[in-house]
Amino acid sequence: MHKHIPTAAWAWLAAFVLLALLPVLPEPVGSAFHQELGAKVLIMAIFALSLQLLVGYTGLVSLGHAAFFGFAAYTVALLAPQSEAGNGWWLLAASVGAAALLAFVIGLLVMRTRGIYFIMVTLAFAQMVYFVFHDTDLGGGSDGTYVYIKPEFTLFGHRLLDLEQSAHFYWLALLLTAATVGLLALVLRARLGHALVGIRHNEQRMRAAGCNTTAYKLASFTLAGGLSGVAGFLFAVQHGYVNPEILAWHQSGNALLMVILGGIGSLPGAVLGAFSFVLLAEWFQGMTKHWQLLMGGFIIIAVAVLPQGIAGGFVWLRGRWQARRRPTLAAVVPTPQESTP
Amino acid sequence: MSATPFALRATGVTRRFGALAAVHDVSLDLQRGEIHAVIGTNGAGKSTLVNLLSGEIPLSAGSVQLDGADVTHWSQPRRARAGLGRSYQRNNIFLPLSVRENCRLAAQMQAQQAWKLWQPAARCRFSTARADQALERAGLAALAGRAAASLSHGQKRQLEVAMCLATTPTVLLLDEPLAGMGPEESARMLDLLRSLRAEHALLLVEHDMEAVFAVADKITVMVDGGVIASGSPEAVRADAQVQAAYLGGHA
Repeated sequence: MHKHIPTAAWAWLAAFVLLALLPVLPEPVGSAFHQELGAKVLIMAIFALSLQLLVGYTGLVSLGHAAFFGFAAYTVALLAPQSEAGNGWWLLAASVGAAALLAFVIGLLVMRTRGIYFIMVTLAFAQMVYFVFHDTDLGGGSDGTYVYIKPEFTLFGHRLLDLEQSAHFYWLALLLTAATVGLLALVLRARLGHALVGIRHNEQRMRAAGCNTTAYKLASFTLAGGLSGVAGFLFAVQHGYVNPEILAWHQSGNALLMVILGGIGSLPGAVLGAFSFVLLAEWFQGMTKHWQLLMGGFIIIAVAVLPQGIAGGFVWLRGRWQARRRPTLAAVVPTPQESTP
Repeated sequence: MSATPFALRATGVTRRFGALAAVHDVSLDLQRGEIHAVIGTNGAGKSTLVNLLSGEIPLSAGSVQLDGADVTHWSQPRRARAGLGRSYQRNNIFLPLSVRENCRLAAQMQAQQAWKLWQPAARCRFSTARADQALERAGLAALAGRAAASLSHGQKRQLEVAMCLATTPTVLLLDEPLAGMGPEESARMLDLLRSLRAEHALLLVEHDMEAVFAVADKITVMVDGGVIASGSPEAVRADAQVQAAYLGGHA
């Protein structure tokens, strides 16, 4: 049995442990404001991670991913009881299930299209979902609806988390981010993930080898939809409020920008993309009300300077660092051997 | 196992693109232990025939049988899982992936088990063993760790065939495996084809006449989408129609 734990797993573990410390750090760093901002970042990180599976590993560029995120958020708002705290386990499962189911149904209809048509058709279906919530009273129309009391996570009658406390919510978001990363890492390591990567690089060849690529792509689409539902659940709980804008194409576009900014085809890339996107938006918003102009400019520069995204930039830096170290080592190692005789 | 001696039987295979019949009423049989070459001028419909037999495009008329089963309406992946392998005329591999992973992925499709999320693909014995066998056979074992994109053209052609072998097919449809190869590489590829003859039924689409007459047991000659002659190499070489239409003054 190999008991070797890869470096990447250690790096993730270290990152999550460090992030978990945020609420226990003294003010002003560990403030409630930072915990809420941190949770916001983590929610977007889960959302970007779920889209990364499609864009970076299956080669499916979807511009309708917000439909599943928003559908999950609405599921929480519609299923949560009005006068008492809802069951967190059940609401999480229901919202993820609803998002996955919607992704499966839409996936069935869009999977025959490719490339630019796939982008257009996913956008069209997402806009349909948007208008269903916008134009009907199902979820309060364009005004949206509220989650009045935050759900409770209890185990054997014991309340595990008090989500009214920003620290507890932050830890829940962090835990679910870690679970998402873990599940995706598992998928990508397994045969399923390898097959998806094969489809991304050469779908024709996968079919020639015997792969029903449509079924695989549908599985990926459903899984990505379900995982974006985790983010949708957290969003509804954090804000206590959902409106149709969270289903709109801007939201899908933002997720795509996070993936591109962080690096296509990289799990850390999706997380880094979400971190930089949310934090920059926050920073620019504090500077000017025309913050989207700054954001747009930043993204243009980032894409020009880092075509492989932030994660690609790190890989490049590491390559340079190793290239600088290697000749030094080579120069040092032979010297004692030469001097021995 | 099979109800007929034929591993693959095509009957009246036809494909029309609008008014044009790219492949018209082609019938041929492939059996184990035999290399069946299809030759013809450019645009004669040879690659379209391979696409029809492998299921990449649907037939307009006719039928295809694989080991006695009618597979005419089967999708390409289903035919592939039933033992029908094909290679491509133009290199059609997973360029960024390693040479071994190219073959392993192909082999994995014979034992998909996509739900086994807890098992790393690299530890899937079924596919790693078949990939290594295929690489050994195609003479690429030493290059297993290299990125497919870094291979020479000839090595990529070998990888095409290796990926096909990794799916452990009974029928191999090889579309111009020698295209663009130097004489040494061609000789090695022909040795490989001969070694595959024993356990496989091979269909070889090829332009290189010398190679075709060196390895083929049977030759079918196509012109304008139809078959004008089919038989042993000697018979085809002597056929007056073939000489006039295709071989010209060379034969």
